Amino acid sequence: MGFTKNKAGVDTPLRTELAKKGVVWTTLDFLYNWGRRSSIWPMQFGLACCAFEMIAAACARYDIARFGAELFRASPRQADLMIISGTVTKKMAPQVVRLYNQMPEPKYALTMGACAISGGPFIDGYNVLRGIDRYIPVDVHLPGCPPRPEALLHGLMELQKKIASQEIQKTAWYQKGLKREFPIPEFGPNGLIPKFNPEVWQPSKENPRREHYGQTILVGKKLKAPDLELAAAPQPAAPGAAA
Amino acid sequence: MKETFNFKNAGNAETLEINFGPQHPSTHGVFRMVVQLNGEKICGLKPVFGYLHRNHEQIAENLPYAAMMPYTDRLDYVNALANNFGYALAIEKLAGLEVPERAEYIRVMMAELARVVNHITVIGFMLNDLGAFFTPLLYAFRERERILDLFEEITGSRLMCNYLRPGGVKRDLTDAHLAAIRAIVTKFPAFLKEFEALLTKNEILCMRCQNIGILPVDAATNAGITGPVLRASGVNYDIRKVDAYSIYNRFDFKIPLGQKGDAYDRYYVRVLEIRESLKILEQALAKIPQGDIVNKKAFPLLKMPRNFKPPVGEAYARIESPKGELGYYLVSDGTPQPWRYHVRAPSLINLTLLEEMCLGQKIADAIIILGSIDIVLGETDR
Repeated sequence: MGFTKNKAGVDTPLRTELAKKGVVWTTLDFLYNWGRRSSIWPMQFGLACCAFEMIAAACARYDIARFGAELFRASPRQADLMIISGTVTKKMAPQVVRLYNQMPEPKYALTMGACAISGGPFIDGYNVLRGIDRYIPVDVHLPGCPPRPEALLHGLMELQKKIASQEIQKTAWYQKGLKREFPIPEFGPNGLIPKFNPEVWQPSKENPRREHYGQTILVGKKLKAPDLELAAAPQPAAPGAAA
Repeated sequence: MKETFNFKNAGNAETLEINFGPQHPSTHGVFRMVVQLNGEKICGLKPVFGYLHRNHEQIAENLPYAAMMPYTDRLDYVNALANNFGYALAIEKLAGLEVPERAEYIRVMMAELARVVNHITVIGFMLNDLGAFFTPLLYAFRERERILDLFEEITGSRLMCNYLRPGGVKRDLTDAHLAAIRAIVTKFPAFLKEFEALLTKNEILCMRCQNIGILPVDAATNAGITGPVLRASGVNYDIRKVDAYSIYNRFDFKIPLGQKGDAYDRYYVRVLEIRESLKILEQALAKIPQGDIVNKKAFPLLKMPRNFKPPVGEAYARIESPKGELGYYLVSDGTPQPWRYHVRAPSLINLTLLEEMCLGQKIADAIIILGSIDIVLGETDR
């Protein structure tokens, strides 16, 4: 387990010597984080297609239990990790943020699949949120459409590395007075209000549409319907009209 | 924003309204229903849709015809290949394309394998809802992974296969692939036997599923319900027989029918359908000819999709997807993009009678009834 640096201040030969005598020399950080990262409880929360790969990862072949994350909890109150597996639509985004708020600290979020990261193939849709990281902080992004179960395991290991690198003294949720509540967006007449949570996410400075952010784009607008009755009357009998 | 759900006897002091979902372990995704209870009995149920509405139809109207194929995978993500099948048929109807013989056999084989995957998954999830948490699903997923391995080898992807093309299929099957399919077909009955020994006469399953959520024939036919849900009520309606699309008239298979139309029948019809699918697969493996896999006339459509302009007209193609009648309606206005694209999603239409099935039942049974209908939210909300 080479996740954290050896900060115990004792060199390796001495440690092995002590270990032979039954003395373990380690830091509290390492021990504590070892416990935390080895029993991540994810939330049982499937949004779309990627949820199937998440279930496959929990089943016998991929067996997420090897990483201590097999206990899918249906309640956010008992979960450490939220796997956002699938497209987040504008109707669903408020509930996702609400569920994230309901999870106890320390909590982590993992976006699974292109849709949850950026909207993915459905980015042009009027009802699809272009990335849940606009409203909640995301720890691991997992690209793919859908990512394979192995990719989910890889994402979980990355999260374990992140957990292992956190120090108890410096981490925000062990400090006094921390209250992390992310504002829940509301469904307004033109999509979600607000468009994003500026504390978490901001449009990039190079974005040419930064000024007009959130306005609708009309693509491929057609105005005239085809006259089907007219087309049906002189039926071209040639079946090979493909070209 | 306050929501109101116009229940019949709203305001009655004895009733209680309960919200299920969209985050609930047994709503199969992000389906939401509001249930009105009197004691433990259900006296009203309103479904709430749209939590996974991802603009499928609007996206299609801005894309070339062939470019929509990968999106159809994401409609019903349990059996992507059946969705491809329907859409390919619709484009072929619109453009007047024919499909080579070998491609037809490959299509039918892939669609039937997808049906097997879908049905075992559904049975696993239905038992999950019943309280047998995860164990039957583990058995089902063990077999599912074997078929998905095959899909990955043939199509390049486990879940989102994107394999069928208008006028044919994307890649040819080698002899090794055919041998792998044959191995699955020969080994599968043993698994089904094991699965059935655990489930079919299981007393708990019988007691919880029999006489639960009975769907009368009249109501089912009036609401346009299709698929295993309709056949469990005893109506012999299978589009593979009625339409005989593709080459289904060449195979000898039966349509399993239920008697009562309860949740148990819906479970058992699916088990029997898996057996019939295996029968079709066996026959297809024996008969598959050599030859082309794509009609050469379809090359302009596939190589230069933006230049493909079908004549003005409309086309509706339907297939028997594992969930019911899956139809694609396309209207062409002579441009590279369709003017209108509509999906007749079986999950959505089968859900319309959920309230009728649940009325008078206990609250715990509503979950089983929902599980036995077999919905996928990607298709329901689109």
